[in-house]
Amino acid sequence: MYVAVKGGERAIANAHRLVEHERRGDRNVPELGTEQIEQQLSLAVDRVMSEGSLYDRGLAALAIKQARGDLIEAIFLIRAYRTTLPRFGFSVPLDTADMAIRRRISSTYKDLPGGQVLGPTFDYTHRLLDFALAAEGNPAPPVTAPVDTAERFPRVTDLIAQDDLIERNPPENPGQPVGDLTREPLAFPAERDLRLQNLARGDEGFLLALGYSTQRGYGRNHPFVGEIRMGEVEVEFDIPELGLMASLGEVTLTECQMVNQFKGSLTEPAKFTRGYGLSFGHCERRAMSMSLVDRALRADELGEERTSPAQDEEFVLSHSDNIQATGFVEHLKLPHYVDFQAELALLRQMRRELETRASTHPEAAE
Amino acid sequence: MPNAEAARPNPDPRAATMALLARATRDELSTPLRDHWPNLAYATIRAAEIGLVMLRGRMGGDGAPFNLGEATMTRAVVELATGERGYGQFLGRDPARAEQAAILEALAQREADREAVEAFVLAPIRQRLAEDAQRKRAETAATRVDFFTLVRAEG
Amino acid sequence: MSLAGFPNPVLDQQAAFRAVMQALSEPGCIVQAGALAGEGSPLGPVARAIALSLLDFEVRFSLSSSLADAEGDITFHTGSRLASRLDEAEFAFVDLRQDVLDLGSFAQGTPEYPDRSTTVILRVESLTGGPSLKIRGPGIRGTRELNIPGLPTDFALQWAANAARSPLGVDLIFVTNEAVLGLPRSTRILPEAR
Repeated sequence: MYVAVKGGERAIANAHRLVEHERRGDRNVPELGTEQIEQQLSLAVDRVMSEGSLYDRGLAALAIKQARGDLIEAIFLIRAYRTTLPRFGFSVPLDTADMAIRRRISSTYKDLPGGQVLGPTFDYTHRLLDFALAAEGNPAPPVTAPVDTAERFPRVTDLIAQDDLIERNPPENPGQPVGDLTREPLAFPAERDLRLQNLARGDEGFLLALGYSTQRGYGRNHPFVGEIRMGEVEVEFDIPELGLMASLGEVTLTECQMVNQFKGSLTEPAKFTRGYGLSFGHCERRAMSMSLVDRALRADELGEERTSPAQDEEFVLSHSDNIQATGFVEHLKLPHYVDFQAELALLRQMRRELETRASTHPEAAE
Repeated sequence: MPNAEAARPNPDPRAATMALLARATRDELSTPLRDHWPNLAYATIRAAEIGLVMLRGRMGGDGAPFNLGEATMTRAVVELATGERGYGQFLGRDPARAEQAAILEALAQREADREAVEAFVLAPIRQRLAEDAQRKRAETAATRVDFFTLVRAEG
Repeated sequence: MSLAGFPNPVLDQQAAFRAVMQALSEPGCIVQAGALAGEGSPLGPVARAIALSLLDFEVRFSLSSSLADAEGDITFHTGSRLASRLDEAEFAFVDLRQDVLDLGSFAQGTPEYPDRSTTVILRVESLTGGPSLKIRGPGIRGTRELNIPGLPTDFALQWAANAARSPLGVDLIFVTNEAVLGLPRSTRILPEAR
């Protein structure tokens, strides 16, 4: 039960002023600009955009600054902001096959058309702190290499599909509306479109832990990274009165195609199955985790027994959103004085009853 | 390659113009407008407005669509005194730039201005984008790997 | 061809919204429209201002037959699309001077979501000078008089049927070229005194 309380206005106003002061820190240290955050903390920006479910680098950088680097608080600010804007429409579905590739790796084939390019990755670093970064200075410019402009980067899963060794993706049904959990409350069982939307904005730590749990045996499905690709994808928007698609620019995306344990039956030949992850920005860990959880949540569809948390869609989808989660956990800080007084009174009464019983029937208390 | 024209071999000419204008910086629009079309008369048909576009992905990359998340966008529509209607729209939040893009999109439809829009606006944007894309590709190409499998130890 | 939108979208939409809100909170009162938009639209300047203010990509609308030409303009400015059926529209525009009115044909809401009914915007010639109807309900101290000329002859009957569907039912907004008058579903028309 919630009871309104009044008062504390001055304390609240002063606390807000204090947090602004603390945010600024030592005023002898130069202030952090949002452009610096956008440029130099770009992976934090990517995470805030993904979980805030709003692609806008400048807004995400501002939110990170305002939240003093608390990314969940920053995501909260972004989620709140997006509710103030009207929606103009939907993009044409993004074509990740047409991505301007900046990173592309596969753990299933070492030689593939277009090759493997590492791009800007932490992989193969030694994870040793670089004390040179503590001093200011510019790094060496990147190395360049000749470019074959004719080169294309087909999806690895398309290569496997050529031999019909992997399941097909579910085809588009033109009459079928695409589920949108920002408009209709989530109901169970949820279709895969809603599950993917939920996972795409889910908490990275939650998705990572669930993905990890499937690898440790809680809903094991033997994953291989068919492909991870990162780069820029064009966004197109329909202008119906002109009868044309206008290009709105590009977004950076990370896509993970997980290839999983094959499955077959007496009538169907064995095939690999798929899990899919797609994220704003360069968020490889989240795209991989999402693809593991997407695959785990397809248990019913693939005739697997649901035994583990990652396969339980109600558990996963209801707890993936860190803004919902933080709202409910943090609301415990709000005044619960009346609730607690009620519990206290109840407890005292129970104690009194026990004492009365003990004094009137001493033998019963023994 | 999602760089405008490279992506679509034979796009509608208006769509190609819009794609370039959508990728312009504010200066790339405001400077030529000020230098070559000062005091241009136009009416605002749909005032510049910031809103959202829901970005859709596809299951497995090529399957049924799903809603990935939203992006901010700005759009505007203007009309020149000679009747051409121009559309400006792009990702991000910048009403002034949307109106400028709409004006230039309208000018690109006007016979007398088409060549000037191409020379003073579109060509420089196209060139910058091509250089950026080329640089990124060259940087990426330097990180190409050739893994080779070592002989597996048996027994 | 679509016409120009609001010169100051934010302020103009707020003004139109304010007029509609006041009209619905004081049923039967004539409220001067806060913003006008679109000389030359078949909707007229007030209904068009309401359309540009209340409609967006998330809702659908319907048009009575004599207003059909307004479709492109509304879609261009608001992103809203024409509903394929009357009872799928969140907003309906009816020109009472030329077209018939059947309140039962619109969405009435559902018991879980009574708000999912159609808001009907009715274009009339004038809000004064017609036969007198007494109304009563929330937002009215005692009773108030309605004098809209040109209402369908069975309007009181249709409105009684709408009231019988309470808490479901449609809400009406009458508009002229200058003013707005609201008749929410909670307002009742009193039987004529004998």
